[in-house]
Amino acid sequence: MFTQQLINGLTLGGVYALIALGYTMVYGILELINFAHGEIYMLGAYLGIIFLAFFTAIGLTSYSLPLALILTFILSVVFCSSYGFTIEKIAYKPLRNAPRLSPLISAIGVSIFLQNYVMLTQGASDKIFPHLFEKTSIELMGTSVTYTQIFIIAVSTVLMFFLNLFITKTRTGKAMRAVAQDKMMSSLVGINIDTVISVTFIIGSGLAAVAGLMVAIYYGLVNYSIGYIAGIKAFTAAVLGGIGSIPGAMFGGILLGLVESLSAGYISSEYKDAYAFVILIIILLIKPSGLFGKTQEEKV
Amino acid sequence: MSRFTSTSYGNSPIHRFTHSLIIALWFSLLFFPFKGLEAAGILFVVLFTALFLLNILKRRRVSIKGTITNFKKYFSALKLPESKTRSIALIFLISTVVLTLPLYGHDYLIDIAVLSGIYIILAQGLNVVVGFTGLLNLGFVAFYAIGAYSYALLNTKLGIGFWTSMPLSLAVVTLSGFILAIPALRLRGDYLAIVTLGFGEIVRLVLNNWDSLTKGPNGISGIEPPYLFGMHIGRLSHFYYFILIFVLVAVFIIRRVADSRIGRAWIAIREDEIASSSIGINTTAYKLYSFAFGAFWAGVAGILFAAKMQFVSPESFTFMESVLILCMVILGGIGSIPGVILGAVILVMLPEMLREIQLYRMLALGSGLVMLMIFRPQGLIGGKGQ
Repeated sequence: MFTQQLINGLTLGGVYALIALGYTMVYGILELINFAHGEIYMLGAYLGIIFLAFFTAIGLTSYSLPLALILTFILSVVFCSSYGFTIEKIAYKPLRNAPRLSPLISAIGVSIFLQNYVMLTQGASDKIFPHLFEKTSIELMGTSVTYTQIFIIAVSTVLMFFLNLFITKTRTGKAMRAVAQDKMMSSLVGINIDTVISVTFIIGSGLAAVAGLMVAIYYGLVNYSIGYIAGIKAFTAAVLGGIGSIPGAMFGGILLGLVESLSAGYISSEYKDAYAFVILIIILLIKPSGLFGKTQEEKV
Repeated sequence: MSRFTSTSYGNSPIHRFTHSLIIALWFSLLFFPFKGLEAAGILFVVLFTALFLLNILKRRRVSIKGTITNFKKYFSALKLPESKTRSIALIFLISTVVLTLPLYGHDYLIDIAVLSGIYIILAQGLNVVVGFTGLLNLGFVAFYAIGAYSYALLNTKLGIGFWTSMPLSLAVVTLSGFILAIPALRLRGDYLAIVTLGFGEIVRLVLNNWDSLTKGPNGISGIEPPYLFGMHIGRLSHFYYFILIFVLVAVFIIRRVADSRIGRAWIAIREDEIASSSIGINTTAYKLYSFAFGAFWAGVAGILFAAKMQFVSPESFTFMESVLILCMVILGGIGSIPGVILGAVILVMLPEMLREIQLYRMLALGSGLVMLMIFRPQGLIGGKGQ
């Protein structure tokens, strides 16, 4: 039972970590809790269903499933990144110098809008994601691991690896880190802040799209309201690891997934959604800067 | 939208044309997978026409503005000359309408008015926390829920009447305000918002899952309506006046507190926390008062809600409800008491009036919030504001 819950937790944790990365990157640069980020994840799941249905209709899925799947992933990521980019331009950019409450409320507005947008266009009932992988599983240390779980863990690990590479090694990654440290100074040394912020939103939304698509494959069900709770949990994961810190978000996501599936398995699954909040409150009380974060002194 | 269209594309007609074309194409492309080619095509045509017209009109905006000011001048000549007389007349008119509403309004209207009253109290409570003290509370509905459930449980389980359970319930709510505030106030800004949100969700989950006490999602029914001078207030028009008294008392007390030393300390904290602590304001204590005071009014609203509906269930206390209350505060004008009343009335009335397009009202609420933040962050009646 323990190893089983561990595997479930790792699967869930990989997904949380991918969403948490978007939160933490945006927060690191704009100091904004991007409330709409959970909805991007939900959009990713829906777009996955839509594109896969399209590919099934034109016969690509039966011709070659991996090709159809890869195309679905690419299209969902492209669309979600475009959504993220557009949302930033419309709802956050005009408020960059406003009081801090304003962009947060604007983000809540975007979140409500997107939820209802999807509900109106796609219907309020659950959407079923087609079975792609056979329900077979392999035995590993006495527990059964499904192919979907291996797929999710593998994809999230690879993505996090490449993201880390991107942030630490490339020019754009360096610019992102510079902007996160000091916007003013980095604009003085010739970094285009607007571009960096757009890139941040594009990458974050792309990762959320992958997470949404993978969850759709994993659970087989999608609803327009999944974004809110997943978003809150991913935010918890980001805070857990220290918001603004990219390794922190990865670690926090996996830790949250583990805690959630273990406590659902051993304590009670009725309060499954409450554990994340309890952890969040405890972490913020004991160490508000999170596990990997730096404490910030308030300047007068 | 105009902000979005005003880029550095130059001003020649061809530029304006391509600019509108690109934006319309972009949005219809984003929309396309969700509703198919036909709907995206319609969206494209509508958007393109709107943007292009907007771009053309932008040049003539000056002349349009001139016409509007002329109109305003013409109309202001019709109004009462002195602003004081005008406001007295306005107050007189509003109070006549409000006081005599049950005489001419039918039940449906009075019902909405009662609901507006409950929301006015609720929004005033949140206004104390968000508007005066500047602490964003996204889980305000938790206090509303605790108030409603305390009365419901005291009444149905122990048979305690309205007036006896009221102080008991309010003590519970205020205490829960303190309990949340003590840990939460160590946090600042966004973190505080998220912790309060978490608190709201935890309260809802507990209400939903603690079947033996709260009957879970089924809710508690058979709650007694309040009684006064030995008789139950069952009739709607009586309940209307009952709520009206509570609203007036709430507004009066909140106004007095806001003008007092405590209220000024709250506003000082909102404006600059560090500066106010350096002049000797105990910021933690005052933030605590603010939380508990706000929670108190949420509790009053919750009790009235339970007494009005005679039924409570966790469904009434979701995160969306918190957002709705926040919208009331923001729409009217953060920190302004008349503004918040206006916001609450508008947001209760509007969905009722827009029943035909009910499906789209949340869509409108979402985009309305974004637009409000961009174009008029101080709300309809700009308060002392941020």
